[in-house]
Amino acid sequence: MELTGAEITVRCLAEEGAEYVFGYPGGAVLNIYDEIFKQDKFKHVLVRHEQAAVHAADGYARSSGKVGVALVTSGPGLTNAVTGIATAYMDSIPMVIVSGQVPTHAIGMDAFQEVDSVGITRPCVKHNFLVKDVKDLASTIKKAFYIASTGRPGPVLVDIPKDVTQHLCEFVYPDTVSMRSYNPVVKGHSGQIKKAAQMLLEAKRPMIYAGGGVVLSNAAKQLTELTRLLGYPCTNTLMGLGAYPATDPQFLGMLGMHGTYEANMAMQHCDVLLAVGARFDDRVIGSPEHFARDARRIVHIDIDPSSISKRVKVDVPIVGDVAGVLDELIKLIKASKEKAEEKAIKAWWTQIELWRAKDCLKYNRASTIIKPQLVVEKLWEVTGGNAFVTTDVGQHQMWAAQYYKFDQPRRWITSGGLGTMGFGLPAAMGVQLANPNADVVCVTGESSIQMCIQEMSTCKQYHLPLKIVNLNNRYMGMVRQWQEFFYGNRYAESYMDSLPDFVKLAEAYGHVGMKIEKPEDIEPALREAFAMKDRFVFMDFITDQTENVFPMVAAGKGISEMILAEEL
Amino acid sequence: MTARHIISLLMENEAGALSRVAGLFSARGYNIESLTVAPTEDPTLSRMTIVTRGSEDVIEQIIKQLNKLIEVVKILDLSDGSHIERELMLVKVRAFGKDREEMKRMADIFRGRIIDVTEKTYTIELTGPGSKLDAFIEALDQTAILETVRTGASGIGRGERILKV
Repeated sequence: MELTGAEITVRCLAEEGAEYVFGYPGGAVLNIYDEIFKQDKFKHVLVRHEQAAVHAADGYARSSGKVGVALVTSGPGLTNAVTGIATAYMDSIPMVIVSGQVPTHAIGMDAFQEVDSVGITRPCVKHNFLVKDVKDLASTIKKAFYIASTGRPGPVLVDIPKDVTQHLCEFVYPDTVSMRSYNPVVKGHSGQIKKAAQMLLEAKRPMIYAGGGVVLSNAAKQLTELTRLLGYPCTNTLMGLGAYPATDPQFLGMLGMHGTYEANMAMQHCDVLLAVGARFDDRVIGSPEHFARDARRIVHIDIDPSSISKRVKVDVPIVGDVAGVLDELIKLIKASKEKAEEKAIKAWWTQIELWRAKDCLKYNRASTIIKPQLVVEKLWEVTGGNAFVTTDVGQHQMWAAQYYKFDQPRRWITSGGLGTMGFGLPAAMGVQLANPNADVVCVTGESSIQMCIQEMSTCKQYHLPLKIVNLNNRYMGMVRQWQEFFYGNRYAESYMDSLPDFVKLAEAYGHVGMKIEKPEDIEPALREAFAMKDRFVFMDFITDQTENVFPMVAAGKGISEMILAEEL
Repeated sequence: MTARHIISLLMENEAGALSRVAGLFSARGYNIESLTVAPTEDPTLSRMTIVTRGSEDVIEQIIKQLNKLIEVVKILDLSDGSHIERELMLVKVRAFGKDREEMKRMADIFRGRIIDVTEKTYTIELTGPGSKLDAFIEALDQTAILETVRTGASGIGRGERILKV
């Protein structure tokens, strides 16, 4: 039987097992929406702004490991979605975005709500398609899901002109995809893995540095097993948090610009570095010239060859899926007669413990003004460390990363690469839908939350019982911090004046609002909020305006040149 | 140390494929000296020749990033082995009076062909490696050059070095 392009689109999404489609209707996608109305295979979630549709699909994907799906109309629908697409691209999140386009005959005519969607998104998608013939529609959508979810994952855009959604075609959904131009390497080279095992066992000052690739590859179990087997220290990047259990003594905390003293020092002074699913980016190693100048060798496992030797030359590159490579590495190390030199490793740990004794994350717990760090620590306690935590971008994001100890992967949902303010609330919606019974918290700041605050309305419509932890310091905190350190305290436009009354605002959207001003009220407020299992609660914490994120490495410096908190 | 590299690639012959390559170079700040593209004997494939400059590290990244483009099927850095490069140039020159004979002679010396003639001009077609075309331009009286157009280099490996799907 022949189906219309719109029916085919909807059938394809159902075939791919889409559970939720996050979107916003408009002229060019009306045919698709009409078919969505008639089906019950997946649910549509109506957001209030297209950026949120993509972030929600992103949160859904990050927390579930499945491909997120967003649907937007042509023109402004697509341009609004671009921030979300770029966010997902930078963090390698599998996602398919279906966008409407003006009819094929109108393309290039500057038609109403026309924009070159394929052109605009080209630099921030893994791949994109403009479907000009309904006959190609099903196979294109199949390819889109395949490309999005294999190799190094990423967002894929399928742009469908309105007339294509009306045209008829026999519907056959292909079972498999075969592309001569796209065959990502999955299995790591055995010879290289052998070399890596050898190098790891020869190490005297080893370090394991794991990033978001471990989470994406579902390899947290393998990373943990390998690290424990070797007894080596492990650090995670911002994107990798949860890949290794944060409460484990072998964990040195996050590294990088706001990483712990012990993690950064160990990175700088190790003699063998195992980098797993991480890309040595500027927030992690600072300037490459200052990075690890001691003689050291690097093993780098990554599925994307272009991530290897991009910023730092490595000695043993291994291209492949992290989980599979780690499995093989574990096998080799278990079977090896050689063992790491116990004395050297012990001496290395002694050194690390000296660094750790600096207690670089200490802060004034006796303060009578709410310290943001304390809020995050209490949040960790109250949620038993089991919540899904999304964030926006800035100081609150760093404090959440430093003080919420993630023991499991896919619980920490943050925009690492692009650093998108406005990500947290809509991403949390997707997380909650993927994990309906879990505690989902958005840790945010009063500046970030206002970038997608309209989504409180979506949360009301779909009964999403999110908890918002707003660390309200009346400043764009991270901007203010840089201005304090590097711009002579000239706080240019970083003060947030005329803030809304967040309690009333939450209430206006039909939610519960709470304002917390004293440190002793933090825990009771959190307990009260989390006890409201079926309500969205906005907690507005009035925090210390002058608090800064420490340790801190200034841009362009080496990561061991840390600014530490003033002695308390 | 930057060196000149000539990179050949086979790509799905689809709308927008060229802009993906061009966009990659501009987005990542890579240098393009020339870029030529046309379909191959298999109309579903396009062959592209890119001349670029960069350090070994940059060239390695360029090749990896090109490989990452979903539509790129195969890549070869021709500069890694022996290869042949050719470029086509059309030059329109002023050719009257005593210059007319001189222009004809120059074209002959460089094995160019005069492919269009008017009372006052010649259009000369010249093929060869880029350096030969440069030499021809330099040998001409600069004031006599009315217009030049060059295709950019196309390249192919020597002997058994074959780039094919």
